[in-house]
Amino acid sequence: MRRLYAHLLCALPLIWLGAQAALGLLGANPVEAAIRFLGDWGLRILILALAVTPLRQVGKVSAVAAYRRMLGLWGFAYVVLHLLGYVVLDQFFDWANIGHEIVKHKFITAGMAAFALLAPLAATSTQGMIKRMGGMAWRRLHSAVYLAVPLGALHYIWMVKAGRAQPTLYLTITLLLLLSRWVYARFR
Amino acid sequence: MLIRRPDSIKSSEITPQSAYLSRRQLIAGAAAWGLLPAGLALAEAFPNLRKSDYKVDEALTSQKDVTHYNNFYEFGLDKEDPSANAPGKLKPRPWTIKVDGECAKPGTIDIDAFLKESAIEERVYRHRCVEAWSMVIPWAGVPLGDVLKRFEPTSNAKYVAFETLNDPAQMPGLRERGFDWPYHEGLRIDEAMHPLALLAVGLYGETLPAQNGAPIRLVVPWKYGFKGIKSIVRIRFVESQPKTLWNTYSTKEYGFYSNVNPDVDHPRWSQAKEHRIGEFGRRPTLPFNGYADQVASLYSGMDLKRYF
Repeated sequence: MRRLYAHLLCALPLIWLGAQAALGLLGANPVEAAIRFLGDWGLRILILALAVTPLRQVGKVSAVAAYRRMLGLWGFAYVVLHLLGYVVLDQFFDWANIGHEIVKHKFITAGMAAFALLAPLAATSTQGMIKRMGGMAWRRLHSAVYLAVPLGALHYIWMVKAGRAQPTLYLTITLLLLLSRWVYARFR
Repeated sequence: MLIRRPDSIKSSEITPQSAYLSRRQLIAGAAAWGLLPAGLALAEAFPNLRKSDYKVDEALTSQKDVTHYNNFYEFGLDKEDPSANAPGKLKPRPWTIKVDGECAKPGTIDIDAFLKESAIEERVYRHRCVEAWSMVIPWAGVPLGDVLKRFEPTSNAKYVAFETLNDPAQMPGLRERGFDWPYHEGLRIDEAMHPLALLAVGLYGETLPAQNGAPIRLVVPWKYGFKGIKSIVRIRFVESQPKTLWNTYSTKEYGFYSNVNPDVDHPRWSQAKEHRIGEFGRRPTLPFNGYADQVASLYSGMDLKRYF
């Protein structure tokens, strides 16, 4: 039952977005509004996923551990929708221009790199894959998330024209969560 | 040819005369009964608004979008902030513009006198934001050059500098740090004198809404939107290139000229295409925002990649 609630909670922003879109409440630039909303929530949920281990280690809240994979996958789902929004609604499959943006513009480069790092993690998230890969190799692969989430936050910082407060906050929290892991591993 | 006949307005977008006349009657009536401040009754209209031949043959962006998707950081950073925060807060009366510097007849423009004595015309211009979105807007205004000439700029007047109101009581966004407030912009004198440069006092036939830069703003359709400084209180004729707010904020990203140019990307995003508000997908961006025939000669011999 708890897991069901957790899923519902993660789906809530998506339901909200769908309702807003259906009612035409996304404003003058609905495509941009939807893409930014999805990116925001992807980043927020991935940061929550990154917070699970420090909460367990430092905060001694062990119950959260059961939600780590769920959070990671939901975060990735928002990232996929965010990327689809860009490719389909914003660029309309203009692959030449998308390629140009990836090469020339660092905020797109960072976002794409974060996605490329996350995709294999989502693909290997099952219990079966952990067994097949072996714990060590699986863990090594999944440490890519430590790079992917800060890249996502950088992608956000580099995108905005001004008003860096929110994206900088996300990057700071991400880095603090990573620091907490490092400190715990080193000095516990 | 870019200047086209007025044939592009969909009939669905034209307010029937009976509707706007009764609207005006209602407002005039309300003002007569003291229900509205007198200024607002005048606000409805430019009674002698002349349709200009400066008109692009493209569908207008809806009035709602033009007035609810704005960059006016003095009222907040989000596009919806200015329409939520500016009306009621920004006081467009009384309003004067101080005009001085390198000119023979420095003076002051009082907005009410200015509106009374000026021949206001409607021009439909493309509007291209540096953020790669665009609109088509029916402005009401007066050619900037006609206004500037009244002050008789001298031969030392090589540039014109503009400044926005700087009142934290009216503009909560002025608390935002990192910007060199008040908002300031500038043009080369020949750009300012170009017939396309407009001092706008209205849009869609109505008085300029607060969020669009009431009571008077600049419109330079071949440049990125941020060159169109809003709520102007000061104009100076100067000899050297004036500082501009966005150029100071990020010199590599926002040049003094900021002419619309699909071949010069913003360092962080492409300028090759634009998202026209109200449409899906992106359309190609035109050099000088489609006004190359009229303005490219201003920049002949200049390296536009260097002077972006």
